[in-house]
Amino acid sequence: MIPTPDLSHLRKADYERIYEPAEDTFILLDALEQDAESLRASAPRVCLEIGSGSGCVSTFLGALLGSSGALYLCTDINPHAARCTRLTGSQNKISLDPLIGSLAAPLRHRLTRAVDVLIFNPPYVPTEEDEAAGAQVDAGITGAWAGGARGMLVTDALLEQVETLLSPHGRFYLVAVRQNDIPAIEARMRDRHGLDSAVVLQRRAGGEHLFILRIARRPPV
Amino acid sequence: MVRLITHNLLACHAKGCTTNNFPLQIKDAQLALREAEFNPDFLRGFIPRIEWAALVSAARQLGDESLPNEVPEMIDDDFLRGLHHVLLEIHIDEGAMVCPNCGHVYPISSGIPNMLLAEHEIG
Ligand SMILES: C[S@@+](CC[C@H](N)C(=O)[O-])C[C@H]1O[C@@H](n2cnc3c(N)ncnc32)[C@H](O)[C@@H]1O
Ligand SMILES: [Zn+2]
Repeated sequence: MIPTPDLSHLRKADYERIYEPAEDTFILLDALEQDAESLRASAPRVCLEIGSGSGCVSTFLGALLGSSGALYLCTDINPHAARCTRLTGSQNKISLDPLIGSLAAPLRHRLTRAVDVLIFNPPYVPTEEDEAAGAQVDAGITGAWAGGARGMLVTDALLEQVETLLSPHGRFYLVAVRQNDIPAIEARMRDRHGLDSAVVLQRRAGGEHLFILRIARRPPV
Repeated sequence: MVRLITHNLLACHAKGCTTNNFPLQIKDAQLALREAEFNPDFLRGFIPRIEWAALVSAARQLGDESLPNEVPEMIDDDFLRGLHHVLLEIHIDEGAMVCPNCGHVYPISSGIPNMLLAEHEIG
């Protein structure tokens, strides 16, 4: 059992500015833990979490794989999230490398087919398109959940990049809810990008039906 | 903590800036050295992903001349320990990274690089 990261250094005032870990965070931790053995066996060197928020997920991944065993890059558009990510890492003796940025933008050039573990718990809540677009610019707490039409505004942009980011044995863990249309995501990853998707965990919690999708290259036939 | 391992993976992504956008030049760096756990397996696995010339020049910009110009054919413990130090223990706490092509400045504050672009700069 990997313990849930210690977040006692984060205060109410932090959670007014960044996403407080919730059911969607915890199902993601559970999915990673469920895959612990195969994750360790694949000896990942480059891990990249998009939208790391509190840093809870990357810290957990670091505990699972060992702090010195991989590089844990974390991006978030919210500057306070980048600071909290760093603090949560050090509070738990896991070395995380956060940066303020959108998706994988500054890393794409150098991480082409080089990311072994890619993770995104995106802003997945369906909202007005304007609200989500504005939240992306404001880079505050609304950006943690406002997802635009079908909750896919931000996720859609990342899905287009996943194939070029994943290393040959890389895998991508994505949090989604029913309104995001899971079958459509699976079909799109298969038809447009030649990637396999599997729902590795799902759960109903607090009025949401949460899914963890694991997306990877097809094994060679 | 912008470590040189991270610096080695960052490129300018401003609109239209697609060539000569790597490596970013380090400016006004305030450095700190912080020990990290030595893991030879990690380093061996990571070497193929390093842009070596960029790492060597970044280290030299920061006053560290310890790395050879090329990755040696025989990778021994001494080499790995030196690489470990340069990649993982030198931190840029304050300063900036500047694109060699378009001149875009990416500031580093309290060890966190701000790689965001204004809306009109996004490609
Ligand atoms: C649902 S929260 C998840 C936070 C944390 N990973 C967790 O699981 O608790 C979504 C996070 O994505 C960030 N985010 C939103 N849009 C982003 C973008 N375009 N690039 C990077 N991060 C983004 C938000 O600031 C927020 O921290
Ligand atoms: Zn540039």
